[in-house]
Amino acid sequence: MMARIDLWWLPRALVLGLLAFVIFGPLTNLLLWTVAEKWYFPHMLPLEYGFSFWQRVFSPRGNAMESLMTSIIVAVLTVILALALAVPAGYALSRLKLPFRSLILLAFLIPQAFPNLPVYVNIARFFYQIGLNGTILGVVLVHVTHGLVYAVWIATAAFSSVDIDLEEAARSIGAGPLRAFRDITLPLAAPGLLASAIFVFLESLDEFTGSYFVGAPDVNTLPLLLYTAGSGGNYQIASITALLLLIPSIGFMLVVERFLRADVLSKVGH
Amino acid sequence: MNDQAFLKVERMSVGYGSTTVLDNLDLAIHKGEFVALLGSSGCGKTTLLRTIAGFSKPFNGSIHVANRDVTQMPPDKRGMALVFQSYALWPHMTVAQNIGYGLKLQKRSKDVIDARVNEMQNLLGLGGLGARKPAQLSGGQRQRVALGRALAIDPEILLLDEPLSNLDARIRLTVRHEIRSLQKRLGITAIHVTHDREEAMVMADRIVIMNAGRIEQQGTPEEVYNKPASPFVAAFMGAENLLSMQARVNGDQIELAEGAFNPSTVTARSGRSLASGPVQLRFRAEAARLAGSRDTASAEPGSLELRGQIASVSYPGGHWRHAVRLGTDEILVDADTAFAEGETVKVRIPAQSLFIFNAPQGSAAAPAH
Repeated sequence: MMARIDLWWLPRALVLGLLAFVIFGPLTNLLLWTVAEKWYFPHMLPLEYGFSFWQRVFSPRGNAMESLMTSIIVAVLTVILALALAVPAGYALSRLKLPFRSLILLAFLIPQAFPNLPVYVNIARFFYQIGLNGTILGVVLVHVTHGLVYAVWIATAAFSSVDIDLEEAARSIGAGPLRAFRDITLPLAAPGLLASAIFVFLESLDEFTGSYFVGAPDVNTLPLLLYTAGSGGNYQIASITALLLLIPSIGFMLVVERFLRADVLSKVGH
Repeated sequence: MNDQAFLKVERMSVGYGSTTVLDNLDLAIHKGEFVALLGSSGCGKTTLLRTIAGFSKPFNGSIHVANRDVTQMPPDKRGMALVFQSYALWPHMTVAQNIGYGLKLQKRSKDVIDARVNEMQNLLGLGGLGARKPAQLSGGQRQRVALGRALAIDPEILLLDEPLSNLDARIRLTVRHEIRSLQKRLGITAIHVTHDREEAMVMADRIVIMNAGRIEQQGTPEEVYNKPASPFVAAFMGAENLLSMQARVNGDQIELAEGAFNPSTVTARSGRSLASGPVQLRFRAEAARLAGSRDTASAEPGSLELRGQIASVSYPGGHWRHAVRLGTDEILVDADTAFAEGETVKVRIPAQSLFIFNAPQGSAAAPAH
């Protein structure tokens, strides 16, 4: 009996090990690259370790910090614009009758249904004509079209999870529609809206294709820098940049996990 | 309608889309009156309440409060307060914040709000719970917070949408009396929606019985109980025993024709509008009296005597309930002592407990609740 269980551990351990390697292998590789001074084929591990590339990335002449700032400014503006659209849209959708609602929610998915590349090429052409190409606003607009689907879907779910009775209770004892929204609906939907903001923020931070066609070379976001460094064979710079991108992602994932409650999640897309 | 009425609903029709829930409804309520809207689910009582509150807009008709037309006013401008069936307490606010919110909207000073919130908490037995969140309260406490929140703004009209239906049966009985005595003490005009007959009876000055979007009857609890105006009201108020007979109206008297189980009986018409022909008889199990077949005590004048057989006996508490078979019909009759199964008995129904209606066209009797 014991022997059989022991035998079964062998393939299991193999599969688990393989899985761990698939998940953590590239990450480990990335981490190694950030501290590698010298590393070339056929060596399994870096030949020299050090932080000189970190100095280069964070030096005043290195453009990583500038790119990080650009990325954060773009992401924050994207969040503000996307939420400014998603809060009223989500509220209206959450209070609409069902068949209509699914249809409109589905419409927000349409931009995602097409291949990104031709869409962004066309946007870039159009933005070029109206002078938006190479501007922060142009990049923000592209990110908003991309992030709006998350923002609207999650905001709709967040507002749907606020019982209409709660709002009507405020109305019945003297609150106008805006006041009831501000005092009751908005605070109760806030966790869901925060989650939606974080999704949009992360999407914007990671977005590459749109930024490349609309922003480059004037607006240099972090993923663009990563691309330039990576394609130039400068793996250390690319890895350090990737690590910078990873930090907000992981931090916000933890926050999202805490705020996006099951009762909100269950209403996404309904 | 009465010009003294405080709340006046006139020729009002309400519906959703193409369905009409309330059709041409009139209702007048006096200041300080406690009115219960009673009916089974789907009868339109909640729609009527929500329309009065301003959450549903009528197709046509009007609503006046103290001679002020409020038909097109939004809910927050009507000077009413609605207590929801779900209580609808705001989970992100404390008990004190919930109760004080209406006053905050009126831009009262903090001292005034604190004093009023305290007063409400003491009035409703919520002392010391001000800092709790609704999730930390029992059902009965939540119900009282919802009531306190509505009462704090001193509404002209208090609207109650089945506020007791989510409470335990035992708490419900005490809260009934609490709400009623509070309403009397504060002199508020109140409209209470319920499907519970007993609740309506013990709480209300006047009961408005609704069926299929219409008002079937309105009157004091005693009136609707003892003088139901339609078979529906009779059945809803507990007169569930149903017999069909032929009647002949003769001036002030009604003659019920002899049937297989009863001799011909003459009873007073007592103001009933009734035509000769097939009739429905309704009466309550507790209103009828049971006697052995050899009982020779002569029946009171005007009372109906039936002869049947005991089909089954049960003891629901306080008295014995007998199912008495009359051919294919079965009626329920209460008695203080048990009769044996299969025994032949006489059932006597006093004239004042006998509700007689013309049989409805197409027959199908009003469903019992």
